[in-house]
Amino acid sequence: MLSRIASLIVKELQGLLQDRQSRALLIVPVFLQLALFPFAATLEVKNNTLAVFNEDNGGESIELVQRLSRAQAFTQVLDLHSEVDLRRAIDNQEALIVLRFPSDFSRAVLAGRPAAIQAILDGRRSNSAQIVFGYVQQIVQDYNDERTTNRGGPQLSKLVVRYWFNPNLDYVRHIVPSLVAIITTISALIVTSLSVAREREQGTFDQLLVSPLTPGMIMVGKTIPAMLVAMGQATIILSAGVFVYRIPFQGSLLLLYGSMVFYILALAGFGLLISSLCATQQQAFLGVFSFVMPAILLSGFPSPVENMPVWLQYLDWLNPLRHFIVIVKSVFLKDLGAAALLRHLWPLLVIAVGTLGAANWMFRRRLG
Amino acid sequence: MSTPVSMRRLYALCRKETWQILRDPSSNIIAFLLPVVMLFIFGYGINLDSTALRLGLVLEDTSPEARRFADNLYGSPYLRVTAGQNRREMEQAMIEGKVRGFVVVPVDFAEQLRRPGGTAPLLVVADGSEPNTANFVQNYVFGAWNGWLKQRAAERGETPPPAISVEPRFWFNPSAESRNYLIPGSITIIMTVIGALLTSLVIAREWERGTMEALLASPVTRAELLLSKLLPYYALGILSLFMCVGVAVVLLRVPFRGSLLVLWVVGSLFLGSGLGLGLLLSTVLRNQFNAAQAALNAAFLPALMLSGFIYEIRSMPEVIQAFTYLIPARYFVTAMQTIFQAGSVWPVLLRSGLFLLAAALFFVGLTALKTRRRLE
Amino acid sequence: MSEALVHLDAVRKVFPRSKQPALEGLSAVLFRGRITGLIGPDGAGKTTLMRLMAGLLAPTSGRIQVDGLDPISDPAKLREFIGYMPQKFGLYEDLSVMENLELHADLRGVLGEERITTFKRLLEFTDLSRFTTRFAGKLSGGMKQKLGLACALLGHPRLLLLDEPGVGVDPISRRELWKMVHELVAQGLAVVWSTAYLEEAELCQEVLLMNDGKLIFSGQPQELTSRVHDRSWQIRGVTGSRRQLLARALRRPEVMDGVIQGHNVRLVLRPGSAPLNLGELDAGPRAGLVPVTPRFEDAFIEALGGGPGGDSALAQKLAPVPGNHDTVVEAVDLTKKFGNFAATDHVNFAVKRGEIFGLLGPNGAGKSTTFRMLCGLLTPTSGTARVMGFDLKTSASQARQQLGYMAQKFSQYSNLTVRQNLKFFSGAYGLRGERQRQAVEGMVEIFKLHPYLDTTPDTLSLGFKQRLALACAVMHEPSIVFLDEPTSGVDPVTRREFWTHINGVVEKGVTVVVTTHFMDEAEYCDRIALVFRGKIIAAGTPDQLQDQVATKEHPDPSMEDAFISLVEAETQESSS
Repeated sequence: MLSRIASLIVKELQGLLQDRQSRALLIVPVFLQLALFPFAATLEVKNNTLAVFNEDNGGESIELVQRLSRAQAFTQVLDLHSEVDLRRAIDNQEALIVLRFPSDFSRAVLAGRPAAIQAILDGRRSNSAQIVFGYVQQIVQDYNDERTTNRGGPQLSKLVVRYWFNPNLDYVRHIVPSLVAIITTISALIVTSLSVAREREQGTFDQLLVSPLTPGMIMVGKTIPAMLVAMGQATIILSAGVFVYRIPFQGSLLLLYGSMVFYILALAGFGLLISSLCATQQQAFLGVFSFVMPAILLSGFPSPVENMPVWLQYLDWLNPLRHFIVIVKSVFLKDLGAAALLRHLWPLLVIAVGTLGAANWMFRRRLG
Repeated sequence: MSTPVSMRRLYALCRKETWQILRDPSSNIIAFLLPVVMLFIFGYGINLDSTALRLGLVLEDTSPEARRFADNLYGSPYLRVTAGQNRREMEQAMIEGKVRGFVVVPVDFAEQLRRPGGTAPLLVVADGSEPNTANFVQNYVFGAWNGWLKQRAAERGETPPPAISVEPRFWFNPSAESRNYLIPGSITIIMTVIGALLTSLVIAREWERGTMEALLASPVTRAELLLSKLLPYYALGILSLFMCVGVAVVLLRVPFRGSLLVLWVVGSLFLGSGLGLGLLLSTVLRNQFNAAQAALNAAFLPALMLSGFIYEIRSMPEVIQAFTYLIPARYFVTAMQTIFQAGSVWPVLLRSGLFLLAAALFFVGLTALKTRRRLE
Repeated sequence: MSEALVHLDAVRKVFPRSKQPALEGLSAVLFRGRITGLIGPDGAGKTTLMRLMAGLLAPTSGRIQVDGLDPISDPAKLREFIGYMPQKFGLYEDLSVMENLELHADLRGVLGEERITTFKRLLEFTDLSRFTTRFAGKLSGGMKQKLGLACALLGHPRLLLLDEPGVGVDPISRRELWKMVHELVAQGLAVVWSTAYLEEAELCQEVLLMNDGKLIFSGQPQELTSRVHDRSWQIRGVTGSRRQLLARALRRPEVMDGVIQGHNVRLVLRPGSAPLNLGELDAGPRAGLVPVTPRFEDAFIEALGGGPGGDSALAQKLAPVPGNHDTVVEAVDLTKKFGNFAATDHVNFAVKRGEIFGLLGPNGAGKSTTFRMLCGLLTPTSGTARVMGFDLKTSASQARQQLGYMAQKFSQYSNLTVRQNLKFFSGAYGLRGERQRQAVEGMVEIFKLHPYLDTTPDTLSLGFKQRLALACAVMHEPSIVFLDEPTSGVDPVTRREFWTHINGVVEKGVTVVVTTHFMDEAEYCDRIALVFRGKIIAAGTPDQLQDQVATKEHPDPSMEDAFISLVEAETQESSS
């Protein structure tokens, strides 16, 4: 029996790896996304324009603007001279933020009275605007602290902020581990579901069914190659993360690869289930797309799972990517231990058993 | 070669295409069901505003002063605070992802507050593995802390030390809800997928079923062939677009401030480029499966990553920024966000419109060039 | 006298990324008022030539002129008078009959009064008037073919190009189509009819015989046939197995080709050979040698270099299968319905060990559906299918180990090389180590696969594809072999080679169940069942079936004649 399964696996790998086009389809996206995503997928705000409508002409506002313009977020300062300018700057997206200093700003500051700067933000991109506003607030707060200390006044309390696992809030550390999960998802599904659909279309699936191979063996013969391919891709991305992007790998490789086995099992279950419902590659492709797109969008990668409505969070429990992305990130960046990992692993196991069982049942049934 | 158009033949071909669309369940699913499902996933699944941030709290100092500060944290609508015994416990909770960060009120907090000239430190530890959330941890704790300072000063009848404050005002979107811009943006992604998927299949399908051969042997001209594929799918796409906008406004309650006429014009231009790209791929590849896969890679991923829909284009390296100028979705995202939230801001819309027109002409033109009247 | 319409002058066509030219130095003239047959096996270049004449492909070199026009530089004018029916008819299956006609009428500018009369005439002509609202996808093969022809006839074509119009169509519809085309030719049209059926060649006034991209004969079919004049013989009054007699005859050096024909064995001798000595062939006491009229196929086989001989290397390699003459394959009231449509309708038969059992019928008659149920690939709606007493769908894999299966469509892995395919299929059947190596090597030798071991099957010719498929099906030495249309589309020489193998393995005790739409292949079977519209309309030995329809005027009917009269009897019965 083992030799028959081995024949299946060898055949599958030969089919995947010896044709140039299909090899390219497995490898090129990995490198492309590895080169593009870490730079493109960032919510940081850099290189923006700071627009200033300064009705004050004292030194304080000029000092503050100078400090702000040194921040990484702003590479340009745009001087505005009227309300009309201000409206145009925001409307036409010339600047994400306009700071408006009132005419008595410097006088108030020098006289020790509270002074307010108005920040007008483009709500069309509210997240970036909020982030920029955070930067501005930080700089103004630092300026306040400095002035208080300079005048010898006491600073009552102080917030000391530390970011663990990623001291500089570098997006690359968020993206590369997530990529491990996302890219393996896509290829594992393609290898399982599309290859079954192709066998159906080309008639080779019938050849397998009339041979002494059982549906179980055929499923194993589809799952193991998917696992090998996905692990190969994961290894490339992990190595690039550690050696090119210089992200320290904190946890245990054994745990990571061990849980990957369960993850791919869960994916193979979905892949085989999709393929058992589809007659053509076309349908399988739409099926994979309809699974992958929500799986990625709801994985917690673009935005945290806890921001979703509660009912959707429960539904999202069925999404294997949601569990695995936490596992990869936690093991990679935080050295998550085996005991804590179980909390994310058992859902994968449940999903794998459920989908593989359903796929097996469908394979036997669909012969009719 | 001049390719005159006979209205009779064009009409006959469009009529045939329309019949096929109406009778093909998969076209209808792609055009009407998929967009709504995707819109709901985007609408509910992607939310960058943390409304229930899980925060840990370690009160090493249990004095009334420390408790007053803690009350401010508990009172924040954005935070869900769980108290822990010690730092170790919270560190572990953060590693396991149970909390996104924690605040430590150190043992000497009250003492430092009392001591003249003393500064009472508070430690905020945030999980940096998700930078956006970490930013929110900092911002929300800062807000609570600031509130606590003001409250404390007011209670003691003290004037707070004079300080410069910054008052935010979000135009177009006063409560700074991310879904108000994410949903219009996501319509772009959806229309990209729909346009590319629908058209990538149609020409390839004619090749695979052998009907293209029969058409090519008839007096049909290249222009007629191309137009007969563009017009019906354009109609389908624009219907689908207006349906998406309807769902966004009525069911997902996103404000819409622009004009439907402008939406139609900009949407048409964008569809022109999207359908053009799909047709191009399916003309060149002639295989439904490869065309669909290529269409997704050439349309979906760039639209998601490089259109400025979620990720800030200006923060990207310049090379990638330059590349985004080539992506039609970029202009449509800008236009959609503006039409929905700001209304008719002509400079923005005109600029986007012009780029979209150029893109549409480019892709349709290239398809026309690649459309052969022969089998090779 | 008819005038020339198409001139082909040294036409050569090489496709990019292909080493061999699809067409090589082809010159010919086609005339108005004649049917010109493009005859040749799959891959001979027939479709390429059609497309060149329709202006859908440009020749690599050489010149084509259709009514004085160059199809490439003057396509617009050319299309006004060409009617083209591509393979699979080029119909929109999700459009109704009328909608298909309207589309083509609009495209060709058939409008107003003319349109009404043309539609009326065409619908009458094709007998489709009752089905105008039916979707083209729901038509039978024969009706699709007629609709395709009607669409191609819109707008007064002068040149009608029909690419494989006979494929997938039952013999009755094919005869009707020939009648229709003859009427058209009488009106002065030039018709080009491409086909792989050699018997259709004799219905053409003019043939272009093609093989491997080359023209091996052009002219009247009788001219080619006369080359084998005086060399075609029949052995009549045979006692004993005709199959074994044929094998013995084919081993003789003077015999170039041979087939079984009804009660007789037909032989074609090599030129200049001495007359055959019947005594040495052991044909029985009453056997006699009678000269017969040569057929087009005889001449074609000669043009291709003669038939394959009488010995099967495959059979020599197989160990004899022991066992008695028990029933090993059985169908009892086997029925499969797709919606309302019964693809297989209460089918009963039993196959004994060591027998060749043939399911015979046109494409779409339900042969493959029956076949797939026997192999456990489809679940019957009702009734049972048993192989060696097992229901294969649920049986243990040991039962399937005894089975070899060759699908109708080529079903080997196109992304693996020939060697990898052989290795995989032997491995899947549990062969490994030395046994696996020997099995693979044996197959390579028998089917002469050496030169192709490291290429992928999609670059092989159809004949070699089928050889590979057969090799994969028999490598593990099964005791029952299921072959679904093994000879469809392959050239006649390869067809004979296949039947030599089939006959050989049966002599070793292997049971063979085979489907075919070639009526003449029925003669090789021990017993056959005629399948028509999902039902078995007759079953028995080939002799019994032919005797059933034999009349005084027609004492020795061919299997096709038998089929047609049995179908006619069946339809009369069901309508009355």
